[in-house]
Amino acid sequence: MRTFQYTIKDAVGIHARPAGLLAKTAKALDSTVTIALGDKKADAAKLLALMGMGIRCGDTITVTVEGGDEIASEQAMRDVFEANL
Amino acid sequence: MRTGSGIGIGEGIAIGTIRVVRRSTLPTERRNVTDTQEELARFAKAQETAIAQLAQLSEKAMQEGSEENAAILEIHGMMLADEDYCDAITASITGEQVNAEYAVAVTGEAFAQRFAAMDDAYMQARATDIRDISDRLIACLSPEQAVQPQWDAPAILCADTLSPSETAALDSKHVLALVTAHGSAGSHTAILARNRGIPAILGVGEAFFSVMEDGQPAIVNAQTGECILHPDAQTLARTEQEREAQREKSARLDKLRGMENITKDGRKIDIFANIGSAGSIGEVLRHDAGGIGLFRSEFLYLEHSDYPSEETQFQVYKQVLERMNGRKVIIRTLDLGADKQCAYCNLPKEENPALGIRGIRLCLHRPALFRTQLRALYRASVHGRLGIMFPMIANVWELEEILAICAEVRAALKGEGIPICESTELGIMIETPAAALISGTLAPMVDFFSVGTNDLSQYTLACDRQNPEIARFFDEHHEAVLQLIAMAAQQAHRHGKWIGICGELAADVSLTETFLRMGIDELSVAPSAVLHLRETIRSLDLSQARA
Repeated sequence: MRTFQYTIKDAVGIHARPAGLLAKTAKALDSTVTIALGDKKADAAKLLALMGMGIRCGDTITVTVEGGDEIASEQAMRDVFEANL
Repeated sequence: MRTGSGIGIGEGIAIGTIRVVRRSTLPTERRNVTDTQEELARFAKAQETAIAQLAQLSEKAMQEGSEENAAILEIHGMMLADEDYCDAITASITGEQVNAEYAVAVTGEAFAQRFAAMDDAYMQARATDIRDISDRLIACLSPEQAVQPQWDAPAILCADTLSPSETAALDSKHVLALVTAHGSAGSHTAILARNRGIPAILGVGEAFFSVMEDGQPAIVNAQTGECILHPDAQTLARTEQEREAQREKSARLDKLRGMENITKDGRKIDIFANIGSAGSIGEVLRHDAGGIGLFRSEFLYLEHSDYPSEETQFQVYKQVLERMNGRKVIIRTLDLGADKQCAYCNLPKEENPALGIRGIRLCLHRPALFRTQLRALYRASVHGRLGIMFPMIANVWELEEILAICAEVRAALKGEGIPICESTELGIMIETPAAALISGTLAPMVDFFSVGTNDLSQYTLACDRQNPEIARFFDEHHEAVLQLIAMAAQQAHRHGKWIGICGELAADVSLTETFLRMGIDELSVAPSAVLHLRETIRSLDLSQARA
């Protein structure tokens, strides 16, 4: 299991478009990716659950990658965050 | 003649006949089924069809050159494939032994409600997207009952609501304009209409919508947000002229993109834009403004249910500076109070709020609030060309206190090893007569002035600008107002500082020559007014005596 933290920089937070990109990326990975903020948690491959977390600009989320090629999966998720959020 | 109004999207004017879309209600009544396997198969097939439809619409948007619209439709496709959503529908079909239509309707509404209940306006608006995909699924389940509106002549399309995918599917050749009874400016429907260049008015209300009928002659003016049914001959003739003038004007102004703001005799001036949220930067760039002359930071506070943190603010300021890519960005510190209230600030109720705790007074009252914003601003200062501006200054001591706090914040950040831009400009708004009258003392203390004409007029003329009863006493062209601006300009220049105008008067082209002759260095206006102002400036010749 690998974990990293990320602070959202996009002014609107995790809105529809980047949520779509995150879900698409997570779904294609062989690891399970979980995003957590406080006591809320969602499977990153699930678009509606991800959007439903209401993650905003400035929020620091914890991303957990479990199973499969964790190193590659972590990097793939980091890339999507850094390029879009 | 009957006029309705709503939120105008775009700037176009359309004249035509009404075509009302009355939706045949989708068949969602509950039926008990014995063969749930068959219902699941119907659902799977409908889901596949719906996803294919969206892929096709997205492809069409791409071909029309709208990447943003294509992305919205792609997201809809992903929502339709969402695991939680599909699992919930499947569970409903098998668990309750009901038909797929009913299961989709109930599940879709439950998911939509969850978004509608979120405390974030953006997410609330996503409820419409969920309802949209659910309706699409239901239509795919019973294709014979879902009627696609058909018509052959261009018309003004009116509907109770219009979903994003319906808006995307419209043939722009056949749609002159859109009018809906409900809808918000932040909806995907609004974005899609704007990107497709279809003038729209959203939210005219149920009462007005109920009197709309097929074939009624009507006018839609997206700029004013007005829809006029059965316009009389005079109104029609006037609107036709306006539409023609608007077409010519936009063609003319288009050619001014990339050109300098320079008078015939060679005087150059900056034209910047006023914005109230980071979301408007696209518009600033599209209209070719040279920078941002007034960024109202209030939205950060009004949008949240509690004070925005330093980090939240920093990220927004940094993003604005980066997107403006080296162009100047003047951010005004928090200007709450009077007509702008914010529940969690718990401001005391005042007899006379326009003269009360507002603007810089609130910040000096609550220095912690002010420090948080200044820290965020200075941290962001290394990411572009930032100017910080303070509202509602009336006394020299206020400015002394502000500058002392700024110096403390800079020293603290440096002590923490956080880089800041030392040359960040500091300026004040000239919006009280007092500030204009003592501008000679204030000028050496700052880098720039920016005149807020709305408040300056209100305070100079002792006249409430929000009271329509006394509108005729509120004269922004009043000699006293102009003299105060001229006085501030003279003092700014005497001390080698620049002066701009960021109030509504800056866009008033009947005063542009007056302002240039006063020596105003920068005019900051709504993004949509930038090119018009550039055109005016390029037509002036200050070497000639006034006409």
